[in-house]
Amino acid sequence: MNIFLDDATALVVVLPLLIAAIIAFIPSSRLAWFITIVTLVFHLSLSVELFQNFSSFGTIIYEFGNWPPPWGISFKLDGVNIGLQLLFSAFVLVTTIYSRKIFLSEIDPEDSGKAYSLWLLAIGSLNGIILTNDIFNLFVFLEISALSSISLISLGAGTNRKALLAAFNYLVIGAIGATFYVIGVGFAYAMTGTLNMNDLIIQLSQYSEGQLAIFAGMSFMLIGLMVKSAVFPLHLWLPPAYSYAPSAVSTLFAALATKAILIFFVRILYEVFSIYNGYLEIFLDYILLPLSLIAIFVGTIIAIYQNDIKKLLAYSSIAQIGYITLAFSINDNSGVLAGFVHIFNHALIKGGLFMAVGYLAISLNDRVTLESIEGYGQKYPITSYALLVCGLSLIGLPLTNGFISKLYIFQALYSNEMFLTIGLVALSSALAVIYFWKIVEKLFFSSKGYEATSEDPAIYIPIWIIALSIIYFGIFSSTIVEFSSIASESLILGGSN
Amino acid sequence: MTDFLYFWNHFAFVILMVSGLFIIITSQNYIKKIVGLAIFQTSVFVFFVSLAKIIDGTAPILNSVNNVYSNPLPHVLILTAIVVGVATSALGLAIVLQIYKNYGSVEENEIKKEELKENS
Repeated sequence: MNIFLDDATALVVVLPLLIAAIIAFIPSSRLAWFITIVTLVFHLSLSVELFQNFSSFGTIIYEFGNWPPPWGISFKLDGVNIGLQLLFSAFVLVTTIYSRKIFLSEIDPEDSGKAYSLWLLAIGSLNGIILTNDIFNLFVFLEISALSSISLISLGAGTNRKALLAAFNYLVIGAIGATFYVIGVGFAYAMTGTLNMNDLIIQLSQYSEGQLAIFAGMSFMLIGLMVKSAVFPLHLWLPPAYSYAPSAVSTLFAALATKAILIFFVRILYEVFSIYNGYLEIFLDYILLPLSLIAIFVGTIIAIYQNDIKKLLAYSSIAQIGYITLAFSINDNSGVLAGFVHIFNHALIKGGLFMAVGYLAISLNDRVTLESIEGYGQKYPITSYALLVCGLSLIGLPLTNGFISKLYIFQALYSNEMFLTIGLVALSSALAVIYFWKIVEKLFFSSKGYEATSEDPAIYIPIWIIALSIIYFGIFSSTIVEFSSIASESLILGGSN
Repeated sequence: MTDFLYFWNHFAFVILMVSGLFIIITSQNYIKKIVGLAIFQTSVFVFFVSLAKIIDGTAPILNSVNNVYSNPLPHVLILTAIVVGVATSALGLAIVLQIYKNYGSVEENEIKKEELKENS
């Protein structure tokens, strides 16, 4: 392992991209799946190595081709992304194990081998988004991940042709968002002559009063990233894309894609932008905070009226992203900490929910609606109870990790004396009970007496790994909180390091 | 007025960008939307290349005659962005083709009508 250690930071991105190109030529879908699993096991072990390296030596900056930062592209592994890197590696492995049966039944079996090529492409590029330290390099990764995820979403057309419209919508809106981001990069480059994040911070400090061009550029960048991470008024691509994609794909993207971009979003906000405190405060207080609150309510209320369960979960994702951005909009350590806690927890919760619903979808061989799952709690008890655990965590019941998130969000709001916001957040949590209760009622309290059917262990084991980790992190919350506090501290205090 | 002439390429960038967005938003035809997207992306290329230009600057080749040259880095960035743009257009057109095969139309309002019929 040690010979790879020097380049582990690059390998976690390069390896999936490289294997993706090879898998495209493998005709057997079983072999393609197996190679993907092997790659991701290796990926996970590299991430663990990186973590050990990080805990003994601190921040790792990897320079490609040994070009020093202002000229070359560099990757940075610091407190902000180490936690997400570990979670990402572990989660994609579990999702890939789960994805085999889903891909076989939801997309054309002949394509399911090639789907793994796109799958690895998406994983590699998302990992690039997590690690990159170069603002233009981020654009490239954003586009690779967008193009591969659009192709994966359009594979859902095998079961429902609306997937094509969803994919097209995402393509157009996503490309507009990415282009906005590039315009912002252009402004930043024109003013500073650098693309490297650390160097950018140093160069920007010479304009300590701020210049219109910098603010314009930053606004373009932030809006572009907000489109990509589906922050409220720019979220319209997300619900159809998540609900018509093959379930394994929805799982991957709901859990990790928006989160990876949100991490970069807060980096721009708090690392690069922290020198313009006035502008930052205006953006956080008058734009991000109100938008997050609206997102929470709009997402929750639309979710209540949904009949299609994958769509319901997608709208609930909008609300949950609202909680994350709400926490990030509190400009102090406790708020950012709460945001990171919710990023980790929500990734597990939404991932678990989409996995469980995905299994119901393939056993129904149809859309999962509230009517069609009536009584399935008796028919598929193992999956249904996992869904129940994840859902209870989404609401924020004690002993689940969702409770920990809510606790930290409330704490951050309370310490900043935002009492009105506390009330609104509590109200929205109560509303979330309504839509989840509708699912529980249909699943478990139905007059239809089904016999318990045998379930596929290849699918319920990954689902229960997620469900058990939800309970584990709910009881022993210190791991996630520790990673989050490392992240928030290095974000708020670290600055250029 | 001299300012305008001096920065005319920046104005061209803004006009191209806005017309690209306008086409994406207003046109009902999916292929036209892709064309609008391409115009929108091209406007950014114009912007980046304008940034790099230095008056009297030549290509960045080291010789004894010219020592003023344009910044090559934005050109390289745009080379990447062009590739990304081509890939986006290609994927978009491929999806439009599939939409046409499945719905028999590439007009947004006709497809919406059909979806409504399907739902009712």
